[in-house]
Amino acid sequence: MGIFTEAQAKDILTKVVAMSKADECTAQLTGQIQGNVRFALNNVSTAGLTDDTDLQVQVAYGKRVGIATINQFDDASLERVVRRAEELAKLAPENPEFMPAVDKQVYKTSPTFSEATAAITPVYRAKVAAASITACKAQNLIAAGFLEDGQSFVAFANSKGNFGYQRSTVLDYTCTVRTQDGRGSGWVGTDTQDATRFKVEDDIQIAMRKASASSEARALEPGKYTVILEPMAAAGLIGFMFNFFGAREADEGRSFLSKAGGGNKIGQQVFGPQVNFYTDPWDPVAPSLPWDEEGVPRKRMDLVKDGKVVALDYSRYWAQKQGKAPVGQMGNILMTGGTKSTAELVRSTQRGVLVTRTWYIRMVDPQTVLLTGLTRDGTFYIENGQIKYPIKNFRFNESPVIMLNNVEELGKPVRVPPDEVSMNIMVPPMKLRDFTFTSLSDAV
Amino acid sequence: MHRRDFLAFGAMGVGGIILPSMFGKVIAAEELNSAIDVAVKKALADAAMNAAKSAGASYCDVRVGRYLRQFVITRERNVENVVNTESSGVGIRVLADGAWGFAATNAMTTDAVAKAAQQAVAIAKANAPTQTAPVQLAPVKGVGEVSWRTPIAKNSMTVPIKDKVDLLMGVNAAAMDAGADFISSILFLVNEQKYFASTDGSYIDQDVHRIWAPMEVTAVDKKTGKFRVRDGLSAPMGLGFEYLDGRAADKTVGPNGIISYGMSYDMKEDAIAATKQAREKLTAKSVKPGKYDLVLDPNHLGLTIHETVGHPLELDRVLGYEANYAGTSFATMDKLKANFQYGSDKVNIVADKTQPGSLGAVAYDDEGVKTKKWDLIRNGKLVGYQATRDQAHIEGKSESDGCSYADSWSNVQFQRMANISLEPGKDKMSVADMISNVEDGIYILGRGSFSIDQQRYNAQFGGTLFYEIKNGKITQPLEDVAYQIRTPEFWAACSAICDSSDYRMFGSFFDGKGQPSQVSAVSHGSSTTRFDGINVINTARSLG
Repeated sequence: MGIFTEAQAKDILTKVVAMSKADECTAQLTGQIQGNVRFALNNVSTAGLTDDTDLQVQVAYGKRVGIATINQFDDASLERVVRRAEELAKLAPENPEFMPAVDKQVYKTSPTFSEATAAITPVYRAKVAAASITACKAQNLIAAGFLEDGQSFVAFANSKGNFGYQRSTVLDYTCTVRTQDGRGSGWVGTDTQDATRFKVEDDIQIAMRKASASSEARALEPGKYTVILEPMAAAGLIGFMFNFFGAREADEGRSFLSKAGGGNKIGQQVFGPQVNFYTDPWDPVAPSLPWDEEGVPRKRMDLVKDGKVVALDYSRYWAQKQGKAPVGQMGNILMTGGTKSTAELVRSTQRGVLVTRTWYIRMVDPQTVLLTGLTRDGTFYIENGQIKYPIKNFRFNESPVIMLNNVEELGKPVRVPPDEVSMNIMVPPMKLRDFTFTSLSDAV
Repeated sequence: MHRRDFLAFGAMGVGGIILPSMFGKVIAAEELNSAIDVAVKKALADAAMNAAKSAGASYCDVRVGRYLRQFVITRERNVENVVNTESSGVGIRVLADGAWGFAATNAMTTDAVAKAAQQAVAIAKANAPTQTAPVQLAPVKGVGEVSWRTPIAKNSMTVPIKDKVDLLMGVNAAAMDAGADFISSILFLVNEQKYFASTDGSYIDQDVHRIWAPMEVTAVDKKTGKFRVRDGLSAPMGLGFEYLDGRAADKTVGPNGIISYGMSYDMKEDAIAATKQAREKLTAKSVKPGKYDLVLDPNHLGLTIHETVGHPLELDRVLGYEANYAGTSFATMDKLKANFQYGSDKVNIVADKTQPGSLGAVAYDDEGVKTKKWDLIRNGKLVGYQATRDQAHIEGKSESDGCSYADSWSNVQFQRMANISLEPGKDKMSVADMISNVEDGIYILGRGSFSIDQQRYNAQFGGTLFYEIKNGKITQPLEDVAYQIRTPEFWAACSAICDSSDYRMFGSFFDGKGQPSQVSAVSHGSSTTRFDGINVINTARSLG
């Protein structure tokens, strides 16, 4: 079944909503076709394909809500799922935070779909694996990687006449390249909705270069260093932080964005003046759906302006409770920067550490968003504008809030795979003062 | 579990619909009490195996799975959600031309599974030409038709939702009445109905149950803007609803009055204690960084065992198959051959897929191998890995360790961590005895933040509760504590282990591995254990 057209989806959803006898009904159809290929030790290890379509029906009697799902779409099945949701709603306890279905909205389509990605075949995937493996074998390196691609659609309708439909695609490629002696390791990753932007031949060269260049690493004393974080390294910490941008937690006094004495930090200078974040569903490189998880339309919105927090995420319930107009919650995280590449940032650095990637990031203290994690797959010492030699990996204990108060320079933002956050993210390479490394790791 | 999936678990769909897709379709509670007839499962399995053999498979296994989950989610005085999910289908794995092939279908008809079996053979044959060496399977003798069930006293799925809601509302009310600013409490119940059949002649029907009751209590000081969270001290377990009976015999009262829980949990009692301790944490002394002797409670040490022993001794990681995701391992094959000194001679660590009450306990793994207990570290020396049927020969063994698992019928089974546990000390020693010998130390209970590098050398762990030990006595609570270790040095610093009367299990529901990512549930047992001279850092920072 997989992907329904807008007309097919509307037909099913309209029927479902009309069948419901509850006070209100919201129905959502989702479908996806996903393919993948995995390889390790220069061999393809697994390849797979999944195809799934699902209808979820939510009904409410007063503040009592029931949900049921089904993956068959004949009239009898639709009737059954609606009645099941209604039965469950009648048995459910009242939800004091219940919010009625959203009114009719106008959504402007965002560029989440690419024909090229939707057309990917098993042969394409096999070629990506083969290209990665062949290039590595030729230089006596070992590749382990994963390509996952897919197309999906989401459509929803409710008893207030609201309706939305959009298709999306995604291609996510990662590859770890190691030297035969296990002393060097490199990595590359691409995340895009548009497969024409993905060139495996270019990507694999990056991982191979990093692997070869990171052998023979020397140990540097842990401590505070000027660092250049490549976009993937920076995104690990920044993405993690944006998981805690909720207004409710801030207002309740249990977030780094809570203010002493009560309330949140909207309007306060939380980051350095070079720091700007915004969200925009229509960004051509890292778009999001034009509605949020409650069906509220998203808009382009500043989140942090010149280091001041401008907006937090409000659920409709919390917005109402706080007397705020509901605004669609963020669907992507876009950080502004300059025009320089990572290499150009290196050239302007007297002494510092270049970090390819951060890994296994965990919250140490939510009060300050102190995070710990490690560098990996290429960490280098910089002197007089040049990469001098590879260094052993470090463990860091650093807060992205403190880190973003120590910005020396920002480069050109790029989209990176979203490891620590479920949204598309664009982050520049960045040069930072006093980044805190607390111990050495022997891991390669 | 991949972080993105974990976040999706908490996410709401359009119109406030919780997204159950990662766990299957939403069903009514009464459907949780049913099962597919075993004769139907056998017919499906036979149809798949016959089709696979006809298509040229030299081996075939079939997993007919029905995976049921129930979530009851509350905060303060509200029930946020009650969701039941089901995922059913058939996964077929074959060997053809020396290569693996796998296909799965949720259509439970003999025609559909036969077609999926043929697809699996086609995939295997397509993969075969690029295979460097043919798959070698350690032999398994068929066991005919057998069945097994997690030994539970009370099936969680048959307990009425009202009773579960009443339980959590009682827990939350107790915390709120005791002065908690916030509490969230959850019941997460799992029933895996798994039928395994293979061309070796096995038809194994297993009914696996698990339970988890996490909670967190938050205390806020609005004036200073400070807040602290105290997580519950329960563990996810391979038990039924009887786990929540709070039996007095399963409680351990520590030297400072902290109550720890073994095979039974008193959630309300723990919520009240959590409220008091969350408040204490707001004003507790910030730790002075330096070297300390650590006394680690089992509900804390379990995660350290998981990360520093469980993962590095997975053979697929050692070989490099997980290099792009979970990582590799410092504990390479040459170290096994040389019986590498992993820790002090007090350290004996076993893998065990049979331990009663544990999350990983089953009678047969997902390759139809009879489960067992085996040594990984004996007297401090590395003596074994965890291997599946197609890996055993690499280690020079003639049998699988029985630790293959798939988290769904739709995912292929692969090597997953067994329950990995530290054996208790042989000499009589209580926690009080252990603490009485510590001059300058920290007693740590409960799980906190955890992070470890991709080869499992450098790790950092936090905890839930920290107490200062001075001259053999617990003096006061501490905060901002994390310890940093290098795996072999940490285990070499193990100087004392309490006796078996203190043995308890820690557990994790969401151990992530593989691409596409799969989760598995695993327990880690130990008694309270002492580690000397461990590097402790202070994690307090100021945002200005």
